[in-house]
Amino acid sequence: MLAPGIIYIFIFCYVPMYGIQLAFRDYSFSTGITGGKWAGLKYFKQYFDSPMFMTTLVNTFKIASLSIIIGFPAPIILAMVLNQIKNRYWKKIVQTTVYIPYFISVVVLVSMLNVLLANGSGVIGNFLKAVHLVPRNMNLLGDPKAFVPVYIWSGVWQSIGWNSIIYLAALSSVDLELYDAAKVDGANKFQTIIHIELPAILPTIMILFILSMGGILNVGFDKIYLMQNSLNRGVSQVISTYVYTVGIRSAQFSFGSAVGLFNTVVNFVFLIFTNRQAKKYSGCGLM
Amino acid sequence: MKNKKILTGDSVFVFFMYLITVLVFIIIAYPLWFIIIASVSNSNLVNIGKVHFWPKDIRWYGYEQVFHDARIWKGYFNTILYVAAGTALNIAVTMPAAYALSQHEFKARNIVMFYFVFTMFFGGGLIPLYMTVNALHLINTKTILIIMVAVNTYNLIIARTFVENIPNELYESAVIDGCSHFRFFLQIVMPLSKAVVSVLILYYAVFHWNDFFNALIFNSDNKNDPLQIVLRRILILNEAFANGNGGVQGGYAQSSADQVKYAVMIISTVPILCFYPFIEVFRKGSHDRSHKRVKMVHSCGGSINRAAEGGYSQSKNVPYSVIIFCYERCFYGFQSDICA
Repeated sequence: MLAPGIIYIFIFCYVPMYGIQLAFRDYSFSTGITGGKWAGLKYFKQYFDSPMFMTTLVNTFKIASLSIIIGFPAPIILAMVLNQIKNRYWKKIVQTTVYIPYFISVVVLVSMLNVLLANGSGVIGNFLKAVHLVPRNMNLLGDPKAFVPVYIWSGVWQSIGWNSIIYLAALSSVDLELYDAAKVDGANKFQTIIHIELPAILPTIMILFILSMGGILNVGFDKIYLMQNSLNRGVSQVISTYVYTVGIRSAQFSFGSAVGLFNTVVNFVFLIFTNRQAKKYSGCGLM
Repeated sequence: MKNKKILTGDSVFVFFMYLITVLVFIIIAYPLWFIIIASVSNSNLVNIGKVHFWPKDIRWYGYEQVFHDARIWKGYFNTILYVAAGTALNIAVTMPAAYALSQHEFKARNIVMFYFVFTMFFGGGLIPLYMTVNALHLINTKTILIIMVAVNTYNLIIARTFVENIPNELYESAVIDGCSHFRFFLQIVMPLSKAVVSVLILYYAVFHWNDFFNALIFNSDNKNDPLQIVLRRILILNEAFANGNGGVQGGYAQSSADQVKYAVMIISTVPILCFYPFIEVFRKGSHDRSHKRVKMVHSCGGSINRAAEGGYSQSKNVPYSVIIFCYERCFYGFQSDICA
């Protein structure tokens, strides 16, 4: 019964791991993955020495860390707010609505951005300019300064509802007696949230946080790739899109593998590091 | 007196909470609503910012164009094939593996579990994966788009957690009646796992429907293009529309092309929203079966659905798999880095 799963994982995950050696070899069409001449760290050196190294690394870290700083707490806050809503119908309406964007594909999301933020005719763009949240002369789709905020806030828009599900689950398992006890002690709603609900969902928050740190360099390829244009490439070229551009589009297989391996290793180190820190300070971790 | 003060403070607080939900509701709902009204309104009015809350000068031009476009139908056909065949394969691979891994008598289960879990955190990367697929001669085939991501480790963990909670007594009594593992799986485990299977179907199907990455990497043959790739050409690369009579050369103005775009966005998203009620099916399923019949209190079905309902549960803790599960869905970029 396990055989199909094991075979699949072997072919599509472990065989490519064996293929990592491509990053240390000169690829040639005639000899395939393992037959090329040993090149050592040549391709890593080529990447580290190229100007794209700093650009892609900085862009990736910037997008990833801002995604975590803004995107991580947003669903927690939404869940806590929703948990305070006692009117069942309104709560149901809000929940049903906020889950919908999750089902929208990246392609449709990016084209929604393209029409809603278009210079001149974009309804949302015009509104943001009218209330002075965005400078009047800014081109939200082309200006390099606008790329990261548009990427991050549209991500929040899409996933805040879905991400809040898990926290709502954790909140619904808080012992009801604790609320009664808090009331007897004279705590108000806000104090109840801080002293009862927050500690109750802290383990959930920590585990999700560790996992998101483990994926720090895995910023979504699809969305960035689709949002890229010639105007914003300076801030939108990240490691994953760079691997695709050099590795697949221009067929520099060894170089692409080396960049990809660098990405994987950094992620792995981050995961281990965060996990260790989390264990040390909060006592809960993954492994 | 003191009590009253706290009460008023709390009402202000609750009022603020309602206010926030109203704002969130508007922010999430308005862009969706706008796309709907823009798809049926006169595009010139949309472009000069005259359409805000209700459609104006209703016309169905965009939808007519979409229905006459062969590329979209081809894309639809391919996507439906990938969703149907892909999801069926996913269930056929994930459920038996989950069952085997849930059996405590299976000695190597921890090793095998590690074998799966390791791939979540480490992988060969995109290029070696591409080379592997290439070596199998699967580039530019429909097959690769069906079998890519045949099993997803997170989903496997969820399924295993669920199956583990089926009481062992059932298996013991079945064995006494002379039932084999295989038959037990098909006739007892699968029917009892409807709740988790519907969750898996929901997620795998949404994944296949929205999958853009794998088609971009592994396919460059137009006849295999799924809907998302076709959409990208029409919506983002602004390719000419409808049998060559679209675009600038075709003679109709940019404004009409815009209306077509709105229609395309809706036509391509509505089918996957049809999977939305699956959440409901799954909710019901987990209630009836897990709670009443076998009391799988900690099954993932139960917890998520209670979460979705926001109801109060008897369950004291959320299974870890559920945490991973929801997390991965939304945060980790499931599509982009299955093994990368």
